[in-house]
Order: sequence, then C-alpha cells, then structure tokens
Amino acid sequence: MSFSAGPLIVAIALTQRLRKQAKLNELPKLAQVYQFCFFFSILLFVVEGSFSLAYIINWAWFVFLIAIIVFSLKQEKLKVSRIFIWAFIPYIIASFATELTKFIAKDFFSKWENYFEIASLLGFMWMAAMLFSQNRQNKIAEKERIKKEQEDKLNKAIAIRKVELEGEVAERTAELTKQKDELQLALTELQTTQTQLIQSEKMASLGELTAGIAHEIQNPLNFVNNFSEVNAELIAELVEEVNKGNIAEVKAIAKDIQDNEEKINHHGKRADAIVKGMLQHSRSSTGVKEPTDINALVDEYLRLSYHGLRAKDKSFNATLKTDYDESINKINVIPQDIGRVVMNLLTNAFYAVNEKKKENIPGYEPTVTISTNGSPLLRRGFGGEVSIKVEDNGNGIPQRVLEKIFQPFFTTKPTGQGTGLGLSMSYDIITKGHAGELKVETNEGSGTSFIINLNI
Amino acid sequence: MKILVVDDETDVQVLFEQRFRKEIRNNEVEFAFAFSGEEAISYLSNHEHEAVLILSDINMPGMSGLDLLGHIKQKYFKPPPVVMMITAYGDAENYNTAKQLGADDFLTKPVDFTLLKEKLKTIT
Repeated sequence: MSFSAGPLIVAIALTQRLRKQAKLNELPKLAQVYQFCFFFSILLFVVEGSFSLAYIINWAWFVFLIAIIVFSLKQEKLKVSRIFIWAFIPYIIASFATELTKFIAKDFFSKWENYFEIASLLGFMWMAAMLFSQNRQNKIAEKERIKKEQEDKLNKAIAIRKVELEGEVAERTAELTKQKDELQLALTELQTTQTQLIQSEKMASLGELTAGIAHEIQNPLNFVNNFSEVNAELIAELVEEVNKGNIAEVKAIAKDIQDNEEKINHHGKRADAIVKGMLQHSRSSTGVKEPTDINALVDEYLRLSYHGLRAKDKSFNATLKTDYDESINKINVIPQDIGRVVMNLLTNAFYAVNEKKKENIPGYEPTVTISTNGSPLLRRGFGGEVSIKVEDNGNGIPQRVLEKIFQPFFTTKPTGQGTGLGLSMSYDIITKGHAGELKVETNEGSGTSFIINLNI
Repeated sequence: MKILVVDDETDVQVLFEQRFRKEIRNNEVEFAFAFSGEEAISYLSNHEHEAVLILSDINMPGMSGLDLLGHIKQKYFKPPPVVMMITAYGDAENYNTAKQLGADDFLTKPVDFTLLKEKLKTIT
C-alpha cells in the first residue's frame, strides 16, 4: 500500500500530461488512449485497495507504467514530450529494481536496503526536479505560445485590413483618375474657349478700329486729293505768270506748290500709317520687338479709339488732352501689342467718362488725357524707363472692383458689351511680353489713371 | 461773304485758303477758322452776325459739330447763319440728327470744292 500511491501519481501525471499534449498536437485517438490509461490507473489503485492484492498489483503497476512509457517514446508525433517521459524513468527503474531485488534476493536486499531506498529517493527527487523545471519551462513556452497566437491573430487581422485598404486605395485611385480625366477635359475645353474669347476680343477691338479708321483715313485723303488738285491749278497759274514775266508772283506760287507738296506727302504718310496700323492690329502679334516711336504710336491709337467709339455711339464726346515727352527716342517694343494695350486703356477711359456724363452733372466736362514720360537717363541715351499714362475724370473704380480688374473675364460692362479680357490681356502684354508694369491709381468720384511702365 | 470753317484738322485752313485764293483775292469771300466747337462758339459770340455761312466738321474732340450746330440753331443767332456740315461719314444717322438740329446742307470728305463753290453761289 505504501508504494501504490507513487505509481498512481506517476500514472496520473504521465497520462494527463500526454493526453493534453496529444490534444494540442490534434491527435484525438492518442488522447483517448491516454484517457483510457488514466481510468485504468485509477481502477488499478481501487482494485489494489479493495482486494489486498498488493503483491500482484505492484507488478501490474510496473508493467502498466513501462508499457505507457515505451508506447509513448515510440510515438513520433509526441517527440516534444520525450524529456517529460524521461523524468519518470529513473524513479520507475529504481523502484522496479528495488522490488525485483526484494523478490529475487531478499538477503542481499535486507543488507543493502538503505541504498535501494536512497536510489528510489534520488529517482523520485530527480523526477520532482525534472517536473518542476519542465513545468516552469512549459509555463514560459505556454506564455510564448499564447503571445505568438495573439501576434498571429493580430497579423492575420492586419493582413485582412491590408487587403481591404488596398481595395479601397485602388477604388479611390480609380475615382481620382476618372476625376482627373474629367478635369483635364474641362481644362482643354476652357482653354479652347479662352482662345476663342481672346480672338473675339481682338475682333471686337478690330471693329472699333475699322470704324475709327473709316473716319481717320478720310481726313488725310481729303488733304491729299485737294492739295494735289490745288497744285495742278497753281502750276497752270505758274505757267501763266512765267509767260507774263512776273517773277515775284512765280516765286510766291512756287513756294505754295512746295508747301502743298509737303502737306500731300505728310497726309499720304498719315494714311499709310493708319492702314499699316490696322493691318498690324488684325494680324496676330509677331512678338518681335522693334524700334518704335512711342509718341506716334500712342497718338495714332488715341485717334483710332476715339473715332472708333464715336462711330459706334454718336452721342459720345470727350475732350482729349495729350502731353507727349518729345525727348523719347524710338524704343524697343512690340508695336501692335502696345497699341492694343493703349487702345484698350483709352476705350475704358472713354467708357468711364461717358458713364459719368450720363449723370448730367452740371459743369462736368468728360476729359481723357494721355501722356508719355521718359526718365532723365533715357534722354541721354542710357537705359531707363518710359511711362505711358492714360487718365480720365470719370467716376473712378470702387475698391471691391479694383481687386478684380486684371482678372480674365471680369467686366463691369453690361452683358455682351465687354469680354472682360481687355485688361487681363493688357496686363499680360505689359508684364509678360515687355517685363514692364501696369499700375492703376483711382479716386472714387474723381477719376482713374492707368500707367504703363516700360524698362528700356 | 464771310465763312467760318470749323475743323480740328489745322491743315484745313491752308487748304481753304489755297482752294479759294482767287475768291479771297477778289474779296468775294472771307474766311475765319476755328479748330474746335468751343472756339467756334467764342468766335461767333465775338463777331456776331458776321459769318453768313458756317462749315463744320462733325467729328471733333470735345464739342462735336452736332453740338455746335445745336448751339447755333437753338440758342444764339437770329436769324441763324447757314450751317453746312462736313463729315467723314455719309451715314444716315449723322445726317438725320444734323437735319433735325437744323443743318442747311451737307458735304462729305474728301471735300469736293467744285461742288462747294457751286453751293456757295446759290447762297449768295
């Protein structure tokens, strides 16, 4: 009886532990085997206690335990548990040896009983120590296993989330690509429309120009035709006077003819310049800078824009004031572009004074002033600055409007009257095309000045 | 006969003086020139009843020929002088406006001086 508690503990520890291991390794049949062994060991213990068959049962314990151990060591799938099984072997062998010696050589056993007991004890201690250490190791391993399991779970979740996110990203990317394409299309359309609008702005100013030209060209033609007719008459008179021998009169007539000839020449050139100006304006800008008499250019466009406006609106009228700095020599600019800017600024100025005129303020005289000014260094042939100032005495520009005047498509004119591109085009021509600046000074109620500054 | 010519082109003076040099020499006509509507008004105010005929351009900066015509016909002179309008446009709108304002006749640029001289004969 004193012995059977030991084998029972060993059997329970072995079977339970191995069953657990079998379950962990997903070997349900093996687990059943160990479960059966567990019940068998309890049965053995009960039978031993009930029927006092200690002597036989003792041997049965050994056979049973050795069978379990041999069976378990042979299980390839339970390799991990071999160390655990080894913990029991010294104790079982020591106990078995003790029992065997007791049975075979009782005298020898009595003589060496203490040693056998020590061996059993050592075996038991070995077993306890092994189990204790393994238990600790198992606990650590278990902790690590749980940790790993959690990590695996987390990784799995992350992997799933990753796939989900990748799907979402792909979806979003597709959406964005679609949006980008749509925007690209819209942008292309807008650019086309803008080009068309710029063209129509050019055509609009061309319309103003042709009306101006129709008037302008009549004036020089009037002089050319009439002075040449006068000269024809004068030459006839001259011949008459020569025949009479009236030298003083001949000289006087000759002088008149000469003067008239100069007038014809002057007005012929004037007509030529007007036609050229129109051609230049209708043509797209060459973008080539050439030496230009800025005063003549400004004056030409002043007349053109004034008469162009007059042609459209008969009631329109304004006093023109000019103040040209005659010391400015020819400067390098793109003439048709600068002409377009000047014309645009003037058209705006005329529009502003005309609007104010409609208010019927007593004593109000609509006046537009255009002036040029060269910096002192320029006069001496050095580089410098040339400014062109277009000034009106209209109602000025309110602050909230002022911020937007250079924006494309911004206009204060009624729908259909302005494209809203005039000032933005002017701004581009001056700042981008000529690296100059276009400034505006305005006083609400008393007028506006636009100033073009060109660095030469 | 005294004629006031109103035009913003200063060369008009030389032209008229040359074109009418015989008539001027023979004292048939006498010319005065004004280079803006405003100038014409002040001339007329200072030389009342002197000018029999006024020849005026329509398109002039400041006071236009039509403004001048209105002034002459409505406000100032009684009996008003003959006013002939010269314009670069032979267009109906200017013509009708000038007619309504009381213009007596029209000339278009380039001015046909032979025609003008004939018209002058009918006036005198």
